[in-house]
Amino acid sequence: MEEKQYRSVGKSVRKKDSLQLLLGKGVFLEDVVPPGALVVKLLRSPHANAIVEQIDTATAAKVPGVVGIYTWQDVPQHRFTNAGQTFPEPSPDDRLILDRHLRFVGDPVAIVAAEDEKAANRAMQLIKVTYQVLEPVLDPRQAKDAPVLVHPEDTWHAKVDVGGDNRRNLVASEVSGHGDVDRVMESCDIVIEHTYHTPACQQAMMETFRTYTALDRYGRLYVLSSTQIVFHVRRILARALGIPKSKIRVEKPRIGGGFGAKQSAISEVYPAFVTWKTGRPAMLIFTREECQIAGSPRHEMEIRVKLGADRQGNIRALDLYTLSNTGAYGEHGPTTVGLSGHKSIPLYTGGLEAHRFAFDVVYTNLQPAGAYRGYGATQGIFAVESAVNELAERLGMDPTLIREKNMVREGMTMPAYYNEISRACALDRCLEHCKEMFRWEERYPVRDMGNGKVRAAGVAMAMQGSAVSNVDVGSATVKLGDDGCYTLIIGAADMGTGCDTILSQMVAEHMDCPVDQVTVFGADTDASPYDSGSYASSTTYLTGKAVEKACTQLKQQLCAIAAELMDCQPEDTLFQGDRVICQEGSRWVSLEEISYKAQCCNQHAAMVTASHTSPVSPPPFMVGMVEIELDKLTGEVSILDYMAVVDCGLPINPALARIQAEGGIVQGIGMALSESVTYNPQGRPMEDSFLQYKIPSRLDMGKLRVEFEHSHEPTGPFGAKSIGEIVINTPAPALAHAIYRATGVWHRTLPITPEQIAMGVPEG
Amino acid sequence: MELKLTLNGRAVTAQIEADTLLLDFVRSHGCTSVKRGCETTNCGLCTVLLDGKPVLSCATLAARAAGRTVTTLEGLQEEAADFVGFIADQGADQCGFCNPGFVMNTIALLRENPDPTDDDIRAYLAGNLCRCSGYEGQLRGIRAYLDSRKG
Repeated sequence: MEEKQYRSVGKSVRKKDSLQLLLGKGVFLEDVVPPGALVVKLLRSPHANAIVEQIDTATAAKVPGVVGIYTWQDVPQHRFTNAGQTFPEPSPDDRLILDRHLRFVGDPVAIVAAEDEKAANRAMQLIKVTYQVLEPVLDPRQAKDAPVLVHPEDTWHAKVDVGGDNRRNLVASEVSGHGDVDRVMESCDIVIEHTYHTPACQQAMMETFRTYTALDRYGRLYVLSSTQIVFHVRRILARALGIPKSKIRVEKPRIGGGFGAKQSAISEVYPAFVTWKTGRPAMLIFTREECQIAGSPRHEMEIRVKLGADRQGNIRALDLYTLSNTGAYGEHGPTTVGLSGHKSIPLYTGGLEAHRFAFDVVYTNLQPAGAYRGYGATQGIFAVESAVNELAERLGMDPTLIREKNMVREGMTMPAYYNEISRACALDRCLEHCKEMFRWEERYPVRDMGNGKVRAAGVAMAMQGSAVSNVDVGSATVKLGDDGCYTLIIGAADMGTGCDTILSQMVAEHMDCPVDQVTVFGADTDASPYDSGSYASSTTYLTGKAVEKACTQLKQQLCAIAAELMDCQPEDTLFQGDRVICQEGSRWVSLEEISYKAQCCNQHAAMVTASHTSPVSPPPFMVGMVEIELDKLTGEVSILDYMAVVDCGLPINPALARIQAEGGIVQGIGMALSESVTYNPQGRPMEDSFLQYKIPSRLDMGKLRVEFEHSHEPTGPFGAKSIGEIVINTPAPALAHAIYRATGVWHRTLPITPEQIAMGVPEG
Repeated sequence: MELKLTLNGRAVTAQIEADTLLLDFVRSHGCTSVKRGCETTNCGLCTVLLDGKPVLSCATLAARAAGRTVTTLEGLQEEAADFVGFIADQGADQCGFCNPGFVMNTIALLRENPDPTDDDIRAYLAGNLCRCSGYEGQLRGIRAYLDSRKG
């Protein structure tokens, strides 16, 4: 495919903030706030399900330096959701800032504000709480219609009907599909039916949750927070505190990673409440332990897959049931579960005659789940890709050939993906390219190394979406500065992904100027145009399109100003990057002249804001292949090579796209082999630090190689789709496949640890 | 108690509590490049040089640095600037929160071993966790720098 050559887009431009970050300049929240803020700490519940019978803060309040201790009696009684989603949020309003009913180990019991950390910690030890300890619901399989209710309160409220019912411990429930799946399944030669289990996993971003709050010069609540969603945080705080949104300003500094964790308002409400009460600046920084036990991990899911095929390996029917565990609160519960089917089944649109996808999302008395890169698709793809690999092994067919037979291809309508048409799809080329690069034919056969070690390979495909269709909004303001430079103002949040730079590259391309001529500002609810925020793989695709609209209009504005300067008609002018020319004759004016004219006797703003929403959410596609060496005695898996080919449309910044892919693959490797949130029989989380919760180090990931196959998405900026999330989806199924090849045992529960491998017994 | 030490070439005298961690001490003296990532010595974000050797400042009492020399990235800007641009070219800085720790350890590595292999680099930096980059881009950046020195 012949591609258009661009000046700034498609180039590996350095991130605008890279040297500040690499040289350790103070750009993060804790580095930039003024000293003297009250230290905010949370006393957390030791019980999974309990009622606060009595709470005595008198002694604690006498600790020198303690400024305030707040309990459930002190907070507003408006239930809200922490989920950063477009209003009305599908997630139920099921939280209070502090609740008398504690629903998981770690649920906040009291807020302590003190002059310093020592005083706050001392006070926490002196708060006396009497708990009425209740029986918890800890097993998601037993949660629906259980006698114990996680949310028995009458004030529980679902703004959107997603099939939830707090009287049944149910957050959401749905069945969808096309064709007669039971009939087709009955006529299939082979039916594969298995249940796959993916546990909760922590995002483990290096910077924990943190928020600083103060009153600004107008007495409004100023919130500086490490968040992906400044506008949603403003709305959530307004509801939680019961104050008008106009009284709140939310800004983000540089963010030390998010991965979806910071798509919920995990830390914001507590210091905001303290500042609103005391009028004093306040700051809450989660410890790593708090992040591990009271964060916002991936939803634990159990997925039953029934796959019907003929003997030639044609997949005819897919039937999925997902049980999702949202924990004690419902953030992102109704939405993540949808992706487990809607972003796994469509991979096999090829000859699929019928599908059904049903789900239940249940409350339990465990750590509430939230958004994590992949957002349900990761769990669903592990299940469906594993089932397809099981089919291949059952048929004795090469699993890449099964995929070639059945995969979605460009131009197909995807019934399991809201009947969207796959308008840009290079999945077939991704597979071909990956096979060649990986040398699949050579490495797929199992090789015994003769020293107790076996080498084997595995494969998986993946998809995701690009933005939430018909819902989320991306916006951009572009303005011309005095010296002919541009400022781009966004409400999307660069959390390390590089969107500040990527969107600047787009401005530079449209305005035909160097990227260095574009300055970025964001995100700040007072100054930025409304943007849903950086999540759901949306920023490049959605905000990028808003940039395109803004630049197109800005060029017209600049031409109008130039026309006055040259005394000609705007339609006779032509924008040429550093100048506007009058096509009649050879007159022209420079950008700098236009910017000065914009400041003197001028009626045309040299600034445009544009918004964009999309009726579709075009999927990026990907193929991943892994080669492992497995020690048959110890069960240890060493990853030798991980190779992947991604179709994200046109990569706007290939270096940053590649790093996204590499980072996502390594996170996925962690999920596949070591990461898991588990609980003791009382519901206390076991992995409360990085000592127990092992994320991959440099020695755990083998060699990575990522390449791209371009497609052109007609609705995306410069043909781009997304890349941020899809990249975490292939490692779990590809590794489970390779481990099966090496051992003869299918592991359908993650993570697949050396213990499980060493103890594994082949079926049949 | 009184603490005297040399911080980034400057003599510093300060009153500290006996349980003050070196991490909190250097941050309160303007060295905000030093980050807290885990509290359990697992992440490497708080790496500083104590008498030239890399240590985890979250697990070092400030009092242990009495009379000694502490160096943070604030004091090694030129040495770091030599190579970090190569990492920027890969886009491997990402969120940046772990960068000061692994840049400090890279400085320590290159002082000990000016010509490390890829495996030497992986092993030396193994204690520096990064959740964004997948590590490979950081390695490519360091490798590109080393290759550039060879001409």
